[in-house]
Amino acid sequence: MTTTTDRPAQQFNVVGTRPIRHDGVDKVLGRAQYGADLKLPGLIHGAVLRSPHAHAVIKRVDAAKAAAAHGVFAVITGEDMPVSASELLDMGEEVTDLRWMSERIMARGKAVYKGHPVAAVAAVDQNAALEALKLIEVDYEPLPAVISLEDAMAPGAVVIHDDLVGDHLGEKARGTNVAEHTRIEFGDPDAAFEQAAHVLERTYTISRAHQGYIEPHSATAFWSPDGKLAVWTTTQAPFGVRSNLAQVLKLPVSAVKVTPMEIGGGFGGKIQLYLEPLAAVLSKKAARPVKMVMDRKSVFDATGPGPGGQVTVKMGVDANGAIVAATADIRYMAGAYPGSSISAASVGVFACYKVPNLRIDAYDVVINMSKTAAYRAPGTPQAAFASESLVSELCERIGMSPMDFHLLNAAEEGDRRPDGPIFPRVGNKACMEAIRDSAHFQSALQREGPDGKLRGRGMASGFWNGIGNRSSVTINVNDDGVVSLVEGNPDIGGTRATIAMQAAEILGLPAEDVHPAVVDTDAIGYNDLTAGSRTTYASGQAAIEAARLVVEEMKKRMALVWETDPENVEFENGVFRNKVAPDQRFAFKQAAGKLGQTGGPVAKTGSVNVRGSGGGSFAAHLVDVEVDPETGKTQVIRYTAAQDAGKAVHPSYVEGQFQGGAAQGVGWALNEEYYTDEDGVMLNSSFLDYRMPTALDLPMLDTIIVETPNANHPFGVRGIGETSIVPPAPAVANAIADAIGARLYQTPMNPARVMEALAAKRNGANGR
Amino acid sequence: MTQQEAPVRKITVACDVNGYPAEFLAAPHQSLLEALREAMGLTGTKEGCNDGNCGACTVALDGRIVDSCLVLAAEADGKRVDTIEGMAPPNGLHPLQQAFLEEAALQCGICTPGFLVAAKALLEREPEPDEHRIRLWLAGNLCRCTGYDKIVRAVQRASSEMSKPAPAGGA
Repeated sequence: MTTTTDRPAQQFNVVGTRPIRHDGVDKVLGRAQYGADLKLPGLIHGAVLRSPHAHAVIKRVDAAKAAAAHGVFAVITGEDMPVSASELLDMGEEVTDLRWMSERIMARGKAVYKGHPVAAVAAVDQNAALEALKLIEVDYEPLPAVISLEDAMAPGAVVIHDDLVGDHLGEKARGTNVAEHTRIEFGDPDAAFEQAAHVLERTYTISRAHQGYIEPHSATAFWSPDGKLAVWTTTQAPFGVRSNLAQVLKLPVSAVKVTPMEIGGGFGGKIQLYLEPLAAVLSKKAARPVKMVMDRKSVFDATGPGPGGQVTVKMGVDANGAIVAATADIRYMAGAYPGSSISAASVGVFACYKVPNLRIDAYDVVINMSKTAAYRAPGTPQAAFASESLVSELCERIGMSPMDFHLLNAAEEGDRRPDGPIFPRVGNKACMEAIRDSAHFQSALQREGPDGKLRGRGMASGFWNGIGNRSSVTINVNDDGVVSLVEGNPDIGGTRATIAMQAAEILGLPAEDVHPAVVDTDAIGYNDLTAGSRTTYASGQAAIEAARLVVEEMKKRMALVWETDPENVEFENGVFRNKVAPDQRFAFKQAAGKLGQTGGPVAKTGSVNVRGSGGGSFAAHLVDVEVDPETGKTQVIRYTAAQDAGKAVHPSYVEGQFQGGAAQGVGWALNEEYYTDEDGVMLNSSFLDYRMPTALDLPMLDTIIVETPNANHPFGVRGIGETSIVPPAPAVANAIADAIGARLYQTPMNPARVMEALAAKRNGANGR
Repeated sequence: MTQQEAPVRKITVACDVNGYPAEFLAAPHQSLLEALREAMGLTGTKEGCNDGNCGACTVALDGRIVDSCLVLAAEADGKRVDTIEGMAPPNGLHPLQQAFLEEAALQCGICTPGFLVAAKALLEREPEPDEHRIRLWLAGNLCRCTGYDKIVRAVQRASSEMSKPAPAGGA
């Protein structure tokens, strides 16, 4: 674990250290309460009946027998859910339409993905609810399922939503499955390709991959007779769930209170509503609190993975290897409703490079599978698999090392990002240089492994911008000098610690003396979601703001004690001093004990709306693989990830983000995909068959924290949670190509595909 | 809602849970996982897949680690069950729990109880396993957050802490 920094000396006492996270003891004792752990007086249990068809007219739903069954309190169908008109909603990491959202949650008249809820039951226990589901009669008229880009975009294709109005480069389009076609263009790429010394174009296919959080979705709701709806759920976005529930259920937002339970992973997949509105409507009908927990199969079938699709990229370089033009054609399958992060893909596909002439077309295509969701750097790993694989192949052709190519063409401060903004100071080249100087890069690869296995090395870069947005943090000073810090962002990976540490830095306290609590939506000001790499970056700024307000107030109180002007009181390194009487000084803890006599409690809220992004975090990954030419199996044997953190608040959890993203990316590269039959029914909807990396599939994951300070944060912090999933798949692809001398253009690069590439190479087809 | 007689008779199960006697009624189909969580309120044991593929529900049954979602509650009759709730000594932490904190070996924490119970069983059998042995032993426990690096380091750290001779003067 290495850290490289070029910062001017900004000294920190707490930021940059590695305290034990505040919620850690509860989590290692098994005491932390996740969504499914909740118990309430009078609690009953819900279950969902889901469509077995990917596309079908629902001709009849008869729930009478279920409603009369033993232990059943309530049954609901699409008829029980309010109808919503079209209205665009900003979800933080994506935009969605209220009408599509309502229809996705519970089918009415037509099921458009396998697993689409058709009815739900609340009963005395889980087993009674599941038994009652079997008594619900549904008549389906199956329709042809549209499950590929070819099927969805072909002339005369089956149209999934008759009333979808596509936006095709600003023109309205009807009778289409293409919800959106966007284009970013500048310069003249076609003319530049004509002049280029070398041009290469390739098409890549990327699998649909699930976030794979270990905790399934769960939600508990109690709709009180006074009209108040209380919801306990496992979500990245408690305030988003509050807004969306109010919109879907036609309630004032203030009638809904959302309590975020501990969350067992999200990665973007726990932002949208799934069970919450069903639990709410069941609760209203049953007049009891209703708990619903999704099973793993339904998580795969009916929640949102990241989209699969096809990306064609073309790049031209001059005789020195400098990029003169690049184009991309990005086609993502959004699932049953529009919205597949094509705009982020358009930003990310060439963000690592200076590209003087550029055109990026992107298509958001509706198919009969569950609506996709944000998945860590949404849309970008798929695009980078194409562009970073292309760069590596282009380098082979022109005889240039990928390292030299990256260093020559890396986008830096002042360069234009593909979608328009000019990069501020960023660590793109710094990450590449960190990899270049690493022990891993500097060591020679032993090309022959044991038993005839072939080894190769590959690298790739990646970018994610991150978001800022709205956060509120309240700090209460206790009279023993320990402060409580109240926040609204569910803690998925150590953010209680990283937010508390930023407040501690300002207050001159050790991290342990700031006690963070994640509370419900009635108990703290508005907070945007835990996503977009924003939590440590933006909610950290709210904590800094709150801490500064606390210090200002306490200066006034010390001025009262010392009978001097507040301007005469200074605060440094956790000590209040009277500038005009230097022997008058109180450490923070002593000062805290004097608040009762000087005006009462001190409680301050920092509320921020952080404009602009998280500063942008670049990464560069280097990987060695060992391929068994007898079986086609690829094993990752060495991995180094370098990424710009701006300033690492808690380096262990920064490393953890780098490592976790790398592992997910390796899974996407080597094994993860949705296997479906021709009717769009997923055949591998279990953790046995949807093969995520185990401890045995990975080596130690070395990390290099690069620190290029972010001018938009007082401590230079950048949002870092997502970039790490962008480089792994192309880095692995490049390493496999290096090992076997043939290139794969499709994820996952599983044993069958590696064997095909080896066979094609033997047959002289050069892997294509 | 109708209030008929429940269709299945429940079975009385008596076992030892974390060193204390426990008795509960189990439906014939009920898993040990469900019994621990619902009947005994021991929600530290987590459900991630309910089909034996994620290891979040790992407990020790008569000292052997099992996925409690694959064991019928009735099978626990007369046996000893050890869960995450029984791992820490009074007013302290097990060296593995402490090592997971020191090494930041958890992010969301949902898989952590299963990893801890599994790793404890490993160190009881093999006090000084090498990296490959740790990875092989823990391959039945999925973690989606950490990439396993810090989990392996935490087990190594606990192994080395637990192998140190006890300080003079006793525990």
